[in-house]
Amino acid sequence: MCGIVGLISARKQLENGERIKKGIHLMNDRGNGLGAGYAAYGIYPDFKDYYAVHIMGSSQQGLKEAARFINRHFEVVHNRAIPVWDKIIRDHPFFNLFFVSPGISAEKRLPGEESDDDYVVSKCMQLNKTIEGAYTCSNGKNLGVFKGVGTPLDIYDFFRLDEYAAYSWLGHNRFPTNTPGWWGGAHPFNILEFSIVHNGEISSYGINRRYLESFGYFCQLQTDSEAVAYLIDLLIRRHGLSISEATTVLAPPYWKSMERIEDPDQKDLLTFLRTTYEQGMLNGPFAVLTAFEGGMFSLTDNTKLRPMTAATHNGYTYFASEIASLYEMEEAVEDIITPRAGQPIIARFETETGKAYR
Amino acid sequence: MEQRLDRPGPQSLFQPVFDLDRCDGCGECALQCTFNEIRIEPRGDRKIPTANRRSCGACHRCEVTCPRQAIYIEERPLALRRHGIWKSSDLKRVHQQSASGAVNLTGFGSETDLPSYWDRLVFNACQVTNPSIDPQREPMETITVLGRKAASKKDYENAKAGNKLIRISLPVVFAPMSYGSISLNLQKALARTASEKELLWYSGEGGLHEDLYPYTGHSILQVASGRFGITPQYFQKARAYQIKIGQGAKPGIGGHLPGEKVLPGISETRMIPEGSDAISPAPQHDIYSIEDLRLLIYAIKEASGYKPVCVKIAAVHNAPAIASGIVRAGADMVYLDGYRGGSGATPAIVRDNVGIPSELALAAVDQRLRDEGIRNQASLIIAGGFRNSADIMKAIALGADAVAIGSAALIACGCHGCQRCHSGKCPWGITTNDPDISQRLDPDWAYERLSNLIEGWHHEMKEIMGLNGIYDIGSFRGNRLILRGVGLSDKELSILGVKHAGE
Repeated sequence: MCGIVGLISARKQLENGERIKKGIHLMNDRGNGLGAGYAAYGIYPDFKDYYAVHIMGSSQQGLKEAARFINRHFEVVHNRAIPVWDKIIRDHPFFNLFFVSPGISAEKRLPGEESDDDYVVSKCMQLNKTIEGAYTCSNGKNLGVFKGVGTPLDIYDFFRLDEYAAYSWLGHNRFPTNTPGWWGGAHPFNILEFSIVHNGEISSYGINRRYLESFGYFCQLQTDSEAVAYLIDLLIRRHGLSISEATTVLAPPYWKSMERIEDPDQKDLLTFLRTTYEQGMLNGPFAVLTAFEGGMFSLTDNTKLRPMTAATHNGYTYFASEIASLYEMEEAVEDIITPRAGQPIIARFETETGKAYR
Repeated sequence: MEQRLDRPGPQSLFQPVFDLDRCDGCGECALQCTFNEIRIEPRGDRKIPTANRRSCGACHRCEVTCPRQAIYIEERPLALRRHGIWKSSDLKRVHQQSASGAVNLTGFGSETDLPSYWDRLVFNACQVTNPSIDPQREPMETITVLGRKAASKKDYENAKAGNKLIRISLPVVFAPMSYGSISLNLQKALARTASEKELLWYSGEGGLHEDLYPYTGHSILQVASGRFGITPQYFQKARAYQIKIGQGAKPGIGGHLPGEKVLPGISETRMIPEGSDAISPAPQHDIYSIEDLRLLIYAIKEASGYKPVCVKIAAVHNAPAIASGIVRAGADMVYLDGYRGGSGATPAIVRDNVGIPSELALAAVDQRLRDEGIRNQASLIIAGGFRNSADIMKAIALGADAVAIGSAALIACGCHGCQRCHSGKCPWGITTNDPDISQRLDPDWAYERLSNLIEGWHHEMKEIMGLNGIYDIGSFRGNRLILRGVGLSDKELSILGVKHAGE
């Protein structure tokens, strides 16, 4: 069991983390203090064209090695320690932030790393895999992931999230059961523009992970949720699926339901996606909320064994595991949506500044 | 005078025992026994059966058909001095061979006690955090798609144009068994079951008898080294074609259907004269390297209108590299037949000493194709001694797309594993085409038995998926985290790609 909240301002109005904190704190019972985290979009306007790499190091030594690695592979325009209030949690890891662009020109890169995005993913995977005690928490532009072991309030205060201004926020509290509760295993999981929070357990993880490995994604964080973030990146960014196509890959309709589809083109496409991406399909109970450059979308498994609700108000869309949390974030919410099993809810910014998503 | 060490005296390791209080001397047992083990003799004013103790192989036909339940089969091992190395079967083989100077033939799959890894693998199950799924209440799907698949959505338009994927209702197919090695009745039953259950059946290398034409929509017809029964029409009929390179029970050697078994129906189907030996050479004489295989794959594709082509190999040491070559040569399916795979006739020395277990070959091949990024280009079908639905699901979890069953299908139709398939006298009418004996197998009855087996296994497979919280076989396939090994070495675990229990 875990708790999920999200809020997004369609007009990109900035606010600090106060409301998202209230939303997730209300669902304290959905976590057990072994993990909480937030993702904030729009927090680094001064460096919005650079990849903001958040590094977590369990030791100063790991952090140093990670810094060396980043300096070797990237052009660092600015770096600093992420400000924390360390009175609140003892024995915490250390966090550094690097604003980077790829250090070498496209034609000198290895095959598969030609685009800047691929280069960043590849190097961050390499960092996670090869440097002991250091992990990338997030590497997207103009966003950051702040997560760790503690309650949502602890983590909020630890990372001083009242000092950031973002136009879309994700929040999560964790009740780990099948994998250890550790700092790297807390949510959200990020890869480039995509950050996900997840409630559930992916029983297909074994094959999802092997599938991702063949595309160069390495799951290092000991938890199934990590794979969901990479799958979304693979499907949407690398293979060019639309969000709704990607959601039918992750939570496909049953074969039985597909037989009933009348439109031959749609049936063809769904059958094709089902067959091609069999290994990317998620099984087991899940509710996932994903933030991306163009907005935010939620998805549940196709028997809906984990809750997800959403509501809109005054240009905002709110997502939460429980309806009470929607009211906690905005008393006056209207149009509460309870999606059907496997049905995505997609919220987009009014002014589409990101890439074109269908 | 010739000294015979193996005769007279106790020869067979089994004998029928008759309960003379129940026996009414009807003589059915003597008729049923195709090995002349039983004769009826007068004793006083009644007739009684006696066993000659030379040829009983424990097929249990007499026991099962005795109308008065007056027979059971007894094991009677030779009372030899116990020896750690020389087992009675070793002595017997030497005795036989020194009398005949011939190769010892046998049938069925290997009986050696090499470890079966299926028995050392266990499944996970959901507890608390991820709910298990009750297949009686929730949808549970086992639809499996075989063939060359697209790598990504970018291939959509191409895939639409040349879509020849094969969809089956569960990941089980019937292994290739030719008309000749098995009876036409059984082949009909297999073909009918495959058609009605939406599976696949393989023809084996015996050509295609016209009685099987109605079932070719679910068939994979074989092209093997003997090229029996192959005509232009042959390439119009099937769903897919299989090039047979090797067989798990006899890797590296060919096949031989003796002339006495080449009866009228077989002669017609294989297109060879009656009574002539049907010899399948060890290698295909037009395949001496991988590029030759590629030529044959594409020749078959051209001839068949680009239907999928499957290449069958025995599981051998370097199976991963061979499989990779096969996929790159254009095959849409790779069929791996492991060490314990069955055969209608094979030298015992080959069956028991050549090839590697399916489990290890499967794990290594699946991983190699993934490492090379070509796993989507071909489906992996695995065979070799699959006994039950748990074995099948373990193979799926290791990475197989589908599992082929041969021996289990024969056992469903009466086989008791007496290992005399090569004799042509199968008392159950399974591996014989002798008109009198083969009619014992009623194709309708066999169809019912096979359907029941598939149905029972299907239920169990869904149960295993459900207790792992998985509603679709696709998320089970290659999901090695579902498995744990018990009592396996680090090396075995690393080849299988599974963790040890407790990890």
